[in-house]
Amino acid sequence: MFDNLTQRLTRTLDRLRGQGRLTEDNIRDTLREVRMALLEADVALPVVRAFIERVRERALGQEVTRSLTPGQALVKIVHDELVAVMGGAAEGLRLAVEPPAVILLAGLQGAGKTTTAAKLARLLRERERRSVMLASCDVYRPAAIDQLRTLAAELGVPFHEPGGTRDAVAIAREALAEARRRVADVLVVDTAGRLHVDEAMMAEVQALHAALNPAETLFVVDAMSGQDAANAARAFGAALPLTGVILTKADGDARGGAALSVRHITGRPVKFLGVGERSDALEPFDPARMASRILGMGDVLSLVEEV
Amino acid sequence: ARTRGGLGGGLAALLRGRGVDEEVLEEIEARLLLADVGVTATTELVDALRRSRPRSGDEVVAVLRERMLEILAPCARPLEIPDEAHPFTILTVGVNGVGKTTTIGKLARRLRDEGLGVLLAAGDTFRAAAVEQLQAWGERNGVPVVAQGTGADAASVIHDAMTAAKARGIDVVVADTAGRLHTKHNLMEELRKIRRVMARLDPGAPHEVLLVLDATTGQNALAQARRFHDAVGVTGIALTKLDGTARGGIVLAIARELALPIRFIGIGEGAEDLRPFDAEAFVDAILDPGGEGEAVADG
Ligand SMILES: Nc1nc2c(ncn2[C@@H]2O[C@H](COP(=O)(O)OP(=O)(O)OP(=O)(O)O)[C@@H](O)[C@H]2O)c(=O)[nH]1
Ligand SMILES: Nc1nc2c(ncn2[C@@H]2O[C@H](COP(=O)(O)OP(=O)(O)OP(=O)(O)O)[C@@H](O)[C@H]2O)c(=O)[nH]1
Ligand SMILES: [Mg+2]
Ligand SMILES: [Mg+2]
Repeated sequence: MFDNLTQRLTRTLDRLRGQGRLTEDNIRDTLREVRMALLEADVALPVVRAFIERVRERALGQEVTRSLTPGQALVKIVHDELVAVMGGAAEGLRLAVEPPAVILLAGLQGAGKTTTAAKLARLLRERERRSVMLASCDVYRPAAIDQLRTLAAELGVPFHEPGGTRDAVAIAREALAEARRRVADVLVVDTAGRLHVDEAMMAEVQALHAALNPAETLFVVDAMSGQDAANAARAFGAALPLTGVILTKADGDARGGAALSVRHITGRPVKFLGVGERSDALEPFDPARMASRILGMGDVLSLVEEV
Repeated sequence: ARTRGGLGGGLAALLRGRGVDEEVLEEIEARLLLADVGVTATTELVDALRRSRPRSGDEVVAVLRERMLEILAPCARPLEIPDEAHPFTILTVGVNGVGKTTTIGKLARRLRDEGLGVLLAAGDTFRAAAVEQLQAWGERNGVPVVAQGTGADAASVIHDAMTAAKARGIDVVVADTAGRLHTKHNLMEELRKIRRVMARLDPGAPHEVLLVLDATTGQNALAQARRFHDAVGVTGIALTKLDGTARGGIVLAIARELALPIRFIGIGEGAEDLRPFDAEAFVDAILDPGGEGEAVADG
């Protein structure tokens, strides 16, 4: 196994003791360790490069307060910068439009869109007391519509039953009309998983967006994603005016570097964390906690606090 | 889509007529990292490259390719179904959403087309409509599915399926299971129980424990492989979703550490989109992601 970042930094930090200012020379080793930690956490390489550059610029020439060693000061900069990139404060859903407010979910295959649709419906109904309707535009994957219908029934949330049509955009239009008729506050729309390089499917999700004019367009991404999360995020972000991101399967032991990649590339906040398969396993996203998780920084910050 | 014969494009062109300097090695390193090969395996490969002191770009590519194939080629072992095992049983496992059920659908098509009698067991009794999803694949392929519905005991469904297969003279049983994170102790314990129940009916069963990994997964796939292997003894890997721009380079680290056979790759959502793993094509796609991908785009 790898040393964790704390152990590795302790070594480089010791070398920096007793120097009053951060210089190219005395931050090199620490930055290399941070770069490795980010890569091991699956932050995409271009994002790692940009991030390290930012930290270097902020750090160079900075006076180090007497209570910190230069290494500790640098670690603090890394952490603060990471929290800043992750979005500062947690953000919720913005649904202050004329109802029904539509939430559109999009993402790669198997990311967790359908499960997340049910989670959002439950959250909105139970915590915000809104009337919610669910609809699925996944006309491709076997039993995809069944899946959401079942989840809706379990929750007792109305589900838009697609009529004769097998066309995703037609279903979306009908669902919106039904949500209006029922005077629902919110319509949550699930879509089929699609690859960001599949032009026809990316055009379809654009058409869905045009038909629904959503208040929230959320990119659903798996916390276990690797380097490719950056490519997917770039393509989804280019195709759709995303308003936020949901990071799923964060209940495992993945470091979740994809959160940083996706946040950096789309510029959109991660709004929720999926932490389980059940419909109540959705948490507001906490940028500081995520930053610590990516770096193993909970430990690292204690290095700083020890002084 | 990325089964080109050799390195015609990017890397060879980049290195043509160049000496071997740090910049070249950095480019190699970047390609490996971008393919999810991971820091440890990448560092090892690049260090080995450095030690071999290649004098030309061509040599760089040759040395690197050779080293990667040393690790991967022994893992390119197709799934073979011997006549003795009756029925031959395949237990499919993996974390959530990687493509287990879809891979079973494709595998059923493949086996059926080879003339084998196939039966599917709907062992995902947890996720909404997982049974219906497998049944749809069964219908699509004209292959029977044994199911008890959501909430049933998974081991008992698979037990039933094996019994039915024996009675009907079926050649291969492929069992689906619910996706589960490798960190969830009780869910991993449930898999061990399924294993035990299968072995009670046939001491050789499961003949194959197929771990499905998603090529878009990063370093966590190594932890998945370790933990599933510890829990139920993985005998083969299927790597899905290679039709996108992800390269699945983490299987290199998995091959290095666990040397598990890599049986199949998934290259789409259709019934025909399953291929035997080809180590050379796989390595070439990592080194030469090709024009259509955006793997080396900047951020
Ligand atoms: N552990 C865990 N599992 C999750 C989470 N979110 C979703 N899942 C599981 O991930 C798998 C895939 O979820 P789905 O909701 O079907 O994913 P999807 O994006 O709709 O998939 P497609 O429609 O096939 O593209 C299922 O087994 C879910 O139960 C989560 O936060 N934690
Ligand atoms: N592009 C692509 N999509 C795939 C591939 N294999 C599976 N999928 C898609 O990935 C999604 C998840 O596949 P499933 O077969 O439902 O995955 P699973 O592992 O059974 O999921 P759970 O049972 O919920 O854990 C579906 O949308 C599949 O169509 C592949 O090789 N390429
Ligand atoms: Mg879905
Ligand atoms: Mg499944």
